[in-house]
Amino acid sequence: MEPSYYLVLSAMLFTIGAVGFMVRRNAIVAFMCVELMLNACNLALVTFSHAWGLLDGQVASFFVMVVAAAEVVVGLAIIVSIYRTRRSASVDDANLLKF
Amino acid sequence: MEITPPSLEYARLMPLIVVFAGACLGVLVEAVTPRSARWPVQVGLTFLTLLVAGALTVSGWSAGDVGISALGSVAVDLPTYFVWTALLVLGALSLLLFTERRLNGGVSAFAPQAAAVPGSVDEELAIRARTEHSEVYPLALFSLFGMMLFAAAGDLLVMFVALEILSLPLYLVCALARRRRLLSQEAGLKYFLLGALASAFFLYGVAMLYGYAGSFDLAALDAAISAGQQSTWLLLVGMAGVSIGLLFKVAAVPFHSWTPDVYTGAPTAVTAFMASCTKIAAVAALLRVFYVGLGGLRWDWQPLMALLAVLTMAVGALLAITQTDVKRMLAYSSITHAGFMLTAVTGASLSSGARDLSSVGATLFYLVAYGAASVGAFAVVTLIRDRNGEASSLDDWAGLGRRHPWLAGAFSVFMLSFAGIPLTSGFIAKVSVFESAWSGGYAWLVVVGVVLSLLAAYFYLRVIVTLFFAEPRPRAAAVTADAGTAGPDVGPSSGAEPAGGATAEAAEPGTGALSLATRRDDAAASAEETSVTSTASRPELGAGEVGVGRAGVATYAAVAVAVALTVVFGLVPGPLLELALQASVFLR
Repeated sequence: MEPSYYLVLSAMLFTIGAVGFMVRRNAIVAFMCVELMLNACNLALVTFSHAWGLLDGQVASFFVMVVAAAEVVVGLAIIVSIYRTRRSASVDDANLLKF
Repeated sequence: MEITPPSLEYARLMPLIVVFAGACLGVLVEAVTPRSARWPVQVGLTFLTLLVAGALTVSGWSAGDVGISALGSVAVDLPTYFVWTALLVLGALSLLLFTERRLNGGVSAFAPQAAAVPGSVDEELAIRARTEHSEVYPLALFSLFGMMLFAAAGDLLVMFVALEILSLPLYLVCALARRRRLLSQEAGLKYFLLGALASAFFLYGVAMLYGYAGSFDLAALDAAISAGQQSTWLLLVGMAGVSIGLLFKVAAVPFHSWTPDVYTGAPTAVTAFMASCTKIAAVAALLRVFYVGLGGLRWDWQPLMALLAVLTMAVGALLAITQTDVKRMLAYSSITHAGFMLTAVTGASLSSGARDLSSVGATLFYLVAYGAASVGAFAVVTLIRDRNGEASSLDDWAGLGRRHPWLAGAFSVFMLSFAGIPLTSGFIAKVSVFESAWSGGYAWLVVVGVVLSLLAAYFYLRVIVTLFFAEPRPRAAAVTADAGTAGPDVGPSSGAEPAGGATAEAAEPGTGALSLATRRDDAAASAEETSVTSTASRPELGAGEVGVGRAGVATYAAVAVAVALTVVFGLVPGPLLELALQASVFLR
């Protein structure tokens, strides 16, 4: 197995996530992009774990999954409450606080 | 096959365990206690937890029980004990602000029902039923647990998990303000989205550093850097990712843009908690990662850190000068102070003599001085009110010092400490961070820092001048009158109210964006007052009048303790400096 292929894929996924976060306006889509970035990290962790022949990278990816799940709970709670208030989940509409 | 069970140093980790157990018990209390008893039970449980954890920390510290614990994932050393004690004390001070109910007419400053849409019938019913979210206490304890773990993590994976444990409850409590709920929800959304992005960068950095070192352990990372057998790219990308995550939490400049919005929108008690405790935990973790894990790369990151320190100090100070809102100004001041702390981090100097603070010691002292003053300053912000809640516009504060000399005096002490005027703890703190940057060979950075601290002193002193010497200006009464009439028909679509918005903006030029929200909030507050004022002990303030709200004993106690800490550490810094001096080296 050549780890660099997986690392390149992980970097691409991470970049897609980061770019998506910056260009998309819907809070849910932006948040999904963050999840994509976390999963790109998971891929990198598992790849390195395999390359080193150690297990802790794979265990780490479980930790990351649990953390991501907890983050979804909190994030969706906030996004839904904003949506119910404003009837919009666009991050451009949340613009009362500035400068 | 033989499996050896891991051995945990339970006694040494007890402060962490106690805070976590207290938070879990708090969740249980929510489930089993009747609604009327929840608030006092939660308050009692929270402060009992903090007391026990504090006692355990101090006893462990005085017994010198240090060591790398929990299989290398938690490093309990002297800096950790220093940070834990600071977190528990300042956390308790900010939680005192959480308990304040008298200011709001007998209810807490948190939303009666977070799930209800602001201005809706549901919310009105919740207000009438006087429901409260006592969940804020377990949330704050979970966050405090995350901070304690974050500052002590000896392992990058534990650090990532701790980062999330400290952040997730904060995202929620930020969105829970009783008044100005739109602003509060917006603060929660911004903090959440940007925080999640920053932690994704942190995690990518962790993955790259794991690829470089083959271990999450900071000491193993250091050893791998010394051996230098892997690709430098992995190391550099990893360092960049991890620094982005940490500098976001510290609020250093390219990653600071969340700070003013979140600090302004969050309930002020929560802002006090974030400004003091999150800053302490984040800077302590930054120090640990850069000194223990990436110490071998010092020559690579020092110039970059120096640049960030200059940018952070300059941007924070320059933007703070332009602010007209006290809470927002304090947020920019928090950015500036992050810059001053980064000067010490850049220096990376070791203690060279018996009376010489290392970078770690100087930064820790700075964190305590800054944290105490900022809890106190935000406590004062909660006290200065008009009939609709907090009045944090600087114009509203004009001449307040003549009517309320004690409170204005306390606020001036905090401002003087922020500005670094002698006889306050801020002065000693600034001198020690500059000294450690100087002995680390960054004399030019010290010169820049001194110039920028003069610039920063300008806006702190301006607040004092406004408090004591400015004439109180009559507020634009049109806004309040307008809000009164617009009360009933304020719907969820506050963004599109052209006519009303135009009047408000005409009345208050310069606060255009905020006035819409304030107006909405005025409307909500006036609706609330009809149901609450009958039993409230609120002082009778006129329509445009600003005064000091009648608060419970807890808020005054927090202000008094913060003043005491600021002045005592300024006049007699010896004991704290001694502790910081001892806590100058991380255990590897």
